[in-house]
Amino acid sequence: METASSRTLLFDKALMDTAILSVAQSIVSEYSPKDIPRLAFIGIQLRGVPFTERLVKIIGKLTESTPEIGTLDITMYRDDIGMRKALPVIYETKIPFDINDRIIILVDDVLHTGRTIRAALDAITDYGRPSYIKLAALIDRGMREFPITADYVGKTCILSGEKRIRVSWTETDDEDAVYQIEKKTQGTK
Amino acid sequence: MEGIWKKKDLLSLYDLSPEEITYILDTAEEFKKVSQRKVKKVPALRGKTVVNLFVEPSTRTRMSFELAEQRLSADIINISAETSSLKKGETLLDTAKNIEALQVDLIVIRHSAAGAPNFLAKRLKAGILNAGDGSHSHPTQALLDIFTIREKKGKIKGLNVSIVGDILHSRVARSNIWGLLKLGANVTIAGPSTLVPREFTQIGVRVCDNLRDALEGADVINLLRIQHERQQASYFPSISEYTNIFGLNKESMRYVKPDALIMHPGPINRGVELDSSIADGPQSVILEQVTNGLAIRMAALFLVAGCLKGRDTSQ
Repeated sequence: METASSRTLLFDKALMDTAILSVAQSIVSEYSPKDIPRLAFIGIQLRGVPFTERLVKIIGKLTESTPEIGTLDITMYRDDIGMRKALPVIYETKIPFDINDRIIILVDDVLHTGRTIRAALDAITDYGRPSYIKLAALIDRGMREFPITADYVGKTCILSGEKRIRVSWTETDDEDAVYQIEKKTQGTK
Repeated sequence: MEGIWKKKDLLSLYDLSPEEITYILDTAEEFKKVSQRKVKKVPALRGKTVVNLFVEPSTRTRMSFELAEQRLSADIINISAETSSLKKGETLLDTAKNIEALQVDLIVIRHSAAGAPNFLAKRLKAGILNAGDGSHSHPTQALLDIFTIREKKGKIKGLNVSIVGDILHSRVARSNIWGLLKLGANVTIAGPSTLVPREFTQIGVRVCDNLRDALEGADVINLLRIQHERQQASYFPSISEYTNIFGLNKESMRYVKPDALIMHPGPINRGVELDSSIADGPQSVILEQVTNGLAIRMAALFLVAGCLKGRDTSQ
C-alpha cells in the first residue's frame, strides 16, 4: 500500500484578501475607540503569524493605530508529546508587551480540532491575566474535538476528518492560496 | 513541521550530526525564555517520570537537571550512589531494570564508568540521558558551552577555541572537541604533556605544550578544573607549578584577545587554573554557562521524551 495526496485550490489570493478584510472589519466594529489601544494580537506559529501581520496592517489603517503584535509557539503545551514519531520544530515565542488587562486577539490560520487553541490558552495565561482572549481564524473547517469556537472567522468550510486544509502565505510558502489536501490510499502496484 | 530529532537517548556528541547538534541549540533558545518568564514552568513533560541516577557524586549537573525536569513539569526521583542498592552489590543493569519496572520514562545517569549510559540505552526502553560517564562524555556540558559561545559570538564555524588543562581525564574536553569540530570550529588543546594526549592531532585538533600559543588568537578559552580526585598518579610535579605554567592570570592575560570569552565548567579552583579577578572579570561567561545549562537540559529532556513513541502505557 502506498499513499498519495491530491491538492485542490479552495481560495485564491483575491478570496483570501476578502476573508482577511472581513475578519479585520468585524474586530474593529466590535470595539469602541477607547478600547482599541487595549487590543494586542498574538499569532500562533507557524502560519498564524503571517495572517496576524496582514490583519494588524489593515486594522492599523482602519483605526489609525499601531496595534502590538506577538508570536506564540504551542509545542511545549501540546497534549501528544511522546505519542508521535517526532516533535514539531519549536518556532519563536515573542510577546514583547504586558498582557495583563489587555484584550488579546489570538490568531491562527485554520481552526480544526481546537487542541491547538486549548494549548495556546494555557500558554498565554502563563504570561499573565488578560481581560479578554478572543479567537480569530482565517478558516473554520469544523470537526472540533474540544468545546472551542472562534469569535472572528474569515471563511467557513466544513470538511470531513481525512481532508486537510493548507493555507499558503507568500511569507512562508511563496504564494497566497488555500488548498484542500486529500490523502488517497492506493493498492499495491 | 516535523523536527529532525529522532533519538530516544542523548549519549555523546560523537553520535550526533552537525544538524542534530544545531537543532538542540535552537530548541534550547526557546526553553531559555521559559526561565525568564514569571511562570517558569511549561507542561511539556507532565505525567512523565524522570529518574536521576547519580552513581557518581555531582552537585551542579544534578541540580541543573533537576530544575530542568521541574520546569518541564516532570515527576522526579533522585537516586545517589550512597543511598542506592548498588552499595549492596546490585548490578547497574538490575538497578536500572528495577527503575524501569516502575514505568519510568527517562533516566539521567552519571557514572564513573565510561560507556555505562550506552550500556543501559541498548537494554532499556526508557530514554537515557548521559550526565557524565568517566572520562568519556558529558554531552549536555559541551552543548551548554557551545550554546554560550554561539550566543556571544553569533556563530561557531571558523572560531578558534582553546581548551586548557587536564584533557586526558576530561569528558568535558572530549565532548567539546567532538561538538566544536562537527560545527566547524578550530580546536586547540594545551596543558602538561602528560595530560594532553597527542592522539587528538589525528582528528584535527592542534596540540600546544605552552599556554601562550593556545591563548594567542583564541576567540574562546575554556579552562578545565584540575581534578584532584582523578589524579591518582602524579601527572605534574605540583599544583603551584601547574599554576605558574598553565594558570590564567594577569600575566598570561596579556596574550588573550580583548574580546575572547573565558569559560570554565566549574567548580573553579580559584587561583589554580584561573585567577579570581579574571573569573569575575568582564570577559568571563562562567555564570552564563550555568544559566544556559538549564535551557540545554530542558531541550534535551524534551526532545528525548518526544521520541518515546509506543512507550506510553495508555497507547
